[in-house]
Order: sequence, then C-alpha cells, then structure tokens
Amino acid sequence: MKTDIILAGVGGQGILSIATILGAAALTDNLYLKQAEVHGMSQRGGDVMSCLRLSSEPIASDLIPMGGADIIVSLEPMEALRYVQWLAPGGWIITNTVPFVNITNYPAEEQLTETLAKYPNVVAFDMDETAKEVATVRSSNMVLLGAAARFTGIPTDKIEDGIRTIFRAKGEKIVESNLAAFRAGVARAAGIEQR
Amino acid sequence: MKQKKLLLGDEALALGAIDAGLSGAYAYPGTPSTEILEFVQQNPVACERKIHSHWSSNEKTAMEEALGMSFCGKRAIVSMKHVGLNVAADPFVNSAMTGANGGLLVISADDPSMHSSQNEQDSRFYASFAIIPALEPSDQQEAYDMGAYGFALSEKLGLPVMVRMVTRLAHSRAVVEVEENAAAENQLSYPQKARQWVLMPGNSRVRYRELLAQKDDMERLSEESPFNRLIPGTDTRIGILASGIAYNYVNEAFAGRCPFPVLKISQYPLPKKLVAQLADTCDAILVIEEGQPVIEECMRGLLDRGLKIYGKLDGHLPRTGELTPDSVAAAVAGLIPDMHHKLIRQSGAPADIVVPRPPALCQGCGHRDVYAALNEALESFESPKVFGDIGCYTLGWLAPYNAIDTCVDMGASITMAKGAADAGQHPAVAIIGDSTFTHSGMTGLLDAVNENTPMTLIISDNLTTGMTGGQDSQGTGKLEDICLGLGVSPDHLKTIDSLPKNHEEMKRMFEDEFNYRGLSVIVSRRECIQTARRHAKKAATK
Repeated sequence: MKTDIILAGVGGQGILSIATILGAAALTDNLYLKQAEVHGMSQRGGDVMSCLRLSSEPIASDLIPMGGADIIVSLEPMEALRYVQWLAPGGWIITNTVPFVNITNYPAEEQLTETLAKYPNVVAFDMDETAKEVATVRSSNMVLLGAAARFTGIPTDKIEDGIRTIFRAKGEKIVESNLAAFRAGVARAAGIEQR
Repeated sequence: MKQKKLLLGDEALALGAIDAGLSGAYAYPGTPSTEILEFVQQNPVACERKIHSHWSSNEKTAMEEALGMSFCGKRAIVSMKHVGLNVAADPFVNSAMTGANGGLLVISADDPSMHSSQNEQDSRFYASFAIIPALEPSDQQEAYDMGAYGFALSEKLGLPVMVRMVTRLAHSRAVVEVEENAAAENQLSYPQKARQWVLMPGNSRVRYRELLAQKDDMERLSEESPFNRLIPGTDTRIGILASGIAYNYVNEAFAGRCPFPVLKISQYPLPKKLVAQLADTCDAILVIEEGQPVIEECMRGLLDRGLKIYGKLDGHLPRTGELTPDSVAAAVAGLIPDMHHKLIRQSGAPADIVVPRPPALCQGCGHRDVYAALNEALESFESPKVFGDIGCYTLGWLAPYNAIDTCVDMGASITMAKGAADAGQHPAVAIIGDSTFTHSGMTGLLDAVNENTPMTLIISDNLTTGMTGGQDSQGTGKLEDICLGLGVSPDHLKTIDSLPKNHEEMKRMFEDEFNYRGLSVIVSRRECIQTARRHAKKAATK
C-alpha cells in the first residue's frame, strides 16, 4: 500500500498533531513513513503544510511529487485549495469549511465553496461545529482526522490507539474527548461518495 | 541490538552524536538547526551524563567553546543555520589550522528556498574554503550514522568535519535504526602537536603546509567512503551525479529502478576517481545538488569544454530554490524525451482564488505595541529611518505596521543606524530583540557610546528567542546593566512595559529620545505571548 497525504492549515491550528497521530498509527502497522514539515516562520499565523508519506515499501523523497497526493487533509478551506496541483487524479480533499481570515484579501466564502465543488472527491463540512457538539472547538483537528481516516489506508482502531498514545500524558478526559471528536468525524464522512 | 526510533533529520544527527560518546553540544538557535541542541537538552542519556547543552550567545562563541572542548580531547558538536556559519567563520576557518583533538563536528543547516532565512548560501563552500572534509547525509539514517562516522573521521585526520544539513532533511521525520547503548565519552587529553594551537605566523606557516598535504588523505577517504557510491546502470546516455537529498529525488523519479549510472555523493572533497569512472562510462553528466551549483561549477571548470555537463547553470534544473521530486524528474525527462511518460505525472491546475498567507506577529505580541507607538512617534518627522534586525519583530516590515526600512543580518540594526547617523540621518532609529542584542548588538552599541552617536536604540525585549520557538535568551534580566556597563548615559536609558495601556507614554518617550541629539536606549519589555502561554500551562499542570 501507499498513501501520500498533504496536511494543511494555518500556523497554530493543530495540523501537526494529526501528522503525529497518523505517524504513530502507521508505525504500529509496520509501515515505512516519512513526514516533512517546515518550522520557524510558519508558527506565526502563516500557512503550514506537512507531507506525510506512508508505504509498505521504503520511501525515497520526503516531499510528495505533484499529482502524487492521495489525499489533502486541511483544517482551513483556502489552505486545502493551495495544494490542488499535488492532488492525484481521483484523489480526495477532506477539509474544514470554516475560513480563518487573518489577511485583508481573503477570498469570499462563496468563491471557496464554488471552487471546492469543482472537485469530484470532496469531504467538506463545518468541523468546528461538529467538534463543539461532542467535545470542544479545540478538537476540530480530531474531527478532521476522523473524516480523513477511511482514506488513509490505516485501520481506524490503529488510529484510535495513536490518539490514546499521543494524548495519554494529558489525561483520560482529553483522550476521551478527542476520541469522541474523531468518531464524530468518521461518522460524518461515512456516507460521502464520489460526485 | 538495534532499536527503531521516529526522528527528524536534526534529531537523528544529534542522537548519532550522543550514541558516539558526545561530551558537549554548542549552538545558537537558527532554523533549520534548532532541533539539534533541543534534542540533546531533553535526551535522557545526555541529561544523565551532563553533556553540555546550554545555548550560546552566538555562533562564534559556540564554535570556540566546541573547539575548546575538542582541545581537551572530548567530542563536541556545534550547530547553526547556514548564515550562522558566517558569524562563526573566524574560529571555523582557523579550526582547520589548529586541527581537532577530540572529534569535532561543525553542523551547518542550509535553507534552500529561504523558508526562514535572508539567503540560500551553500555551506559546502566553507568546507572547501577551510580545507576540511564535509559530510552531506541523504536521509535520516545517514544523519544518525554520520555521528559516529564523523567523529571517527575527525579524530583520524585531526581535523574538524562539517556536516551539511538542509531544511527538507532537518525537518523531516523517518524511522531510524539506532544503537541500544551510547558509547563512552573520551577522557581528558591534550593535543600531541601543541604548536598548531597557537596560530602565530611561524607556527601557522608550518601547519598550513601540513594541512595542504592532508588533502590527499581527505581525497582518499572520500574514495573509500561508504557514503559515496557509484551505482551501475545500463543506459549510459547520461550519468547522474546526485549529492545529499538529491539522491532521494532521483530514486523517487525512477521508483528505485534508475536505468542510468548514478554517483551518490555524501562525503567531500569530491572523489575524483569515482567521478572519472562516471565520466568515462557516460556520454554526459546531469549534476543534481541541493543548493548552489558547487559540484556543477567544479565539473565544468572555467572553460566548460570537456564532457557535457547538465544542471542548474544551463537551466535543466532551477537555478534558485530547493529541489523537488518534480524538478528532478523534469530535468531527466528534458534530456531523455523517451522517458517523459514514465517520469512526468499528470497533475491539475492551481486554484486561482488562493492568495498568499504570510506569517504575522501573533495577536497579543508586545512587538505590536512597540511598532504602534513608534509609527506614531515618527509621524512628525520628515524622513525618519528605522533599521530593523532579525527576529519575530522583522515582521514589522509587513502591513499593518510597515515600520522598518532595513533588515540585513544579526545586529546590523544598531550599526547601520550608527552609520546612517554619521551620514547625517535624523532620526536614526534601530530596533533589535533581546537575543539578537546579546548575539551581536552589544559591540555596535559600544561604538555608538564611544561617539555619543545621535541615534535611538529600541530593544524590544520579549525575554526569549522567539522566532525559533522560544529558547532561552542569554541576556534576560541583564539588559539595562549591560547598557550601563557599556557606558550608555543613565539619563538616556529608559525602560517601559510594551502594553496597549502604555501607548501614549511610549509614544512620548520615543519622541523625547528622538529629539535628543545623542545616544538613547529604550528597553521596551513584555514576555512573548507564546512562551507566556507555555509557562502558564506548565504551572497549571504542576
């Protein structure tokens, strides 16, 4: 198997935690893994991107080639669209629909919705809302992880183990809260098929 | 019995050094090298063994400290970003003259595409300039292995060894096989050849000839290196020379089955014989390297009349910016059209509505309050100039503040403001952070003190080294004393808290000092909001 994942969002949203959990899950599944990210400047409200590559064979490049990304997983709708050139034919975009507007020339929300609608394989919903329903808005990244889970090639139970491992130090309440958000994401994405 | 760990390239290198008996790690924060010292700081073996891992004031002091440890026979690393090597250049170049006693690794992390830097200079030039070997890992496993290998190489030659990292390896994670136990550290021991450590002309002349004579050894070790490999191929229309991570992109392009001969380079000086072997078997050579065309220029020579060379200088690869698997595949496809369909993937068009999202100062950052007051205070002047420096506050150049006119290198705010004031500029304002001030601002301030230069220095103190993730700042709690110690007049050394409620007072303070025709220093202080949050979280969980 191989899954090449582009994770995207705005600095501070929690996109890298998703990468960490998927990485932990992939290791228990005995997969090869490479995960590239950029530190430093990206923290300061700028766009952040991480390439996460999973494979049953050894992986060469840390970066994903254009047209090679099986899924784009994004906490922010414009950030999801930033990487469409990397999306493989038939690839899926899984994204939160809540805009993060910290620049003056941010596009209109309708334009974003319209553009996303042009892609055949999209899972897009308000993940902040879903997170609030079952946990807190801070766990919208776990909702995103749940929505993306079925496309990663990693069994859901292994991802849940990953969540337990990564958040263990923060206590039982946080673990349960994150699992609830994860499962809500899984449920929301369950019915969605290709357009 | 080996273990498996998921590590960033930076972490793999740091762990490799620890497992090889490291005694001291020295560094100044700098993307993409910061994680190297951070790893040593939190590694259990390093903590147990009390391996030195405190941040230094700047890369020069870090380099010299590492050299001092090497003098005493113990293994040391010094790590920095590529421009940090410019700061460390004096001891670095001269450490080839003194040589190393205990193994000494000089780790320089380049930033192709300047993700967080002023330029994309290539550290490999420095290694050949100083006449020392360099190692350039292709992946995280090599980064780990080069810890032990690098120290052994350094002690065998009695020379420091450079390890050249790049962003895409430094900040990428992969599974690495590591030793179960760390090797013992060296004992204290002193150099057998004592004279070369005192670089007076008489000693230096003798030593320099010895260093030059060692070039043959360095070359031979490159030929024998396990990290340089000529991989045969049946299609000899081109030969590919790929250094460091470029090798990964070649493998990516061909899914591991490259039909062309490939020479993988990860140890310098270049292995002449291996390169000749490649040249003899192939019709042309494509040079793929991350950074400036160091190897390519060497291959072409001045006249470029020999073997056909392809690379960055003739446009087959982009001249600027980092390599990507796409640019490497395109370069080969451009030379071998019949492979185009195998190499070039179908990919979609970009989405036009996407706009850039540059980084910005955090909401609640103290630098914002400084810039808000500064801009207003300068409104009444005809042509004020603000000389900026390197740190989070460099973002003050962007909207909405558009507050600074220059940003060149660490500490240049103070010295350029002085030069401008010397030229008659008024007001000449310098803005610097606390870490940058102790890194290389103090000496410039001394120049201004000694001439009572009519300029105003604002030290925006957030009690941390912010941009790189909040490392300890070396002058915290001492800034005013340092200024007084340097001779700044107490009447024109002011302190204020960078808070919205102090806006009017800050504005008036700045105006007063701009109107004073001598040297003023204003320390405007508030803890970085990111580190403040982390401290609060930690305190809450105690």
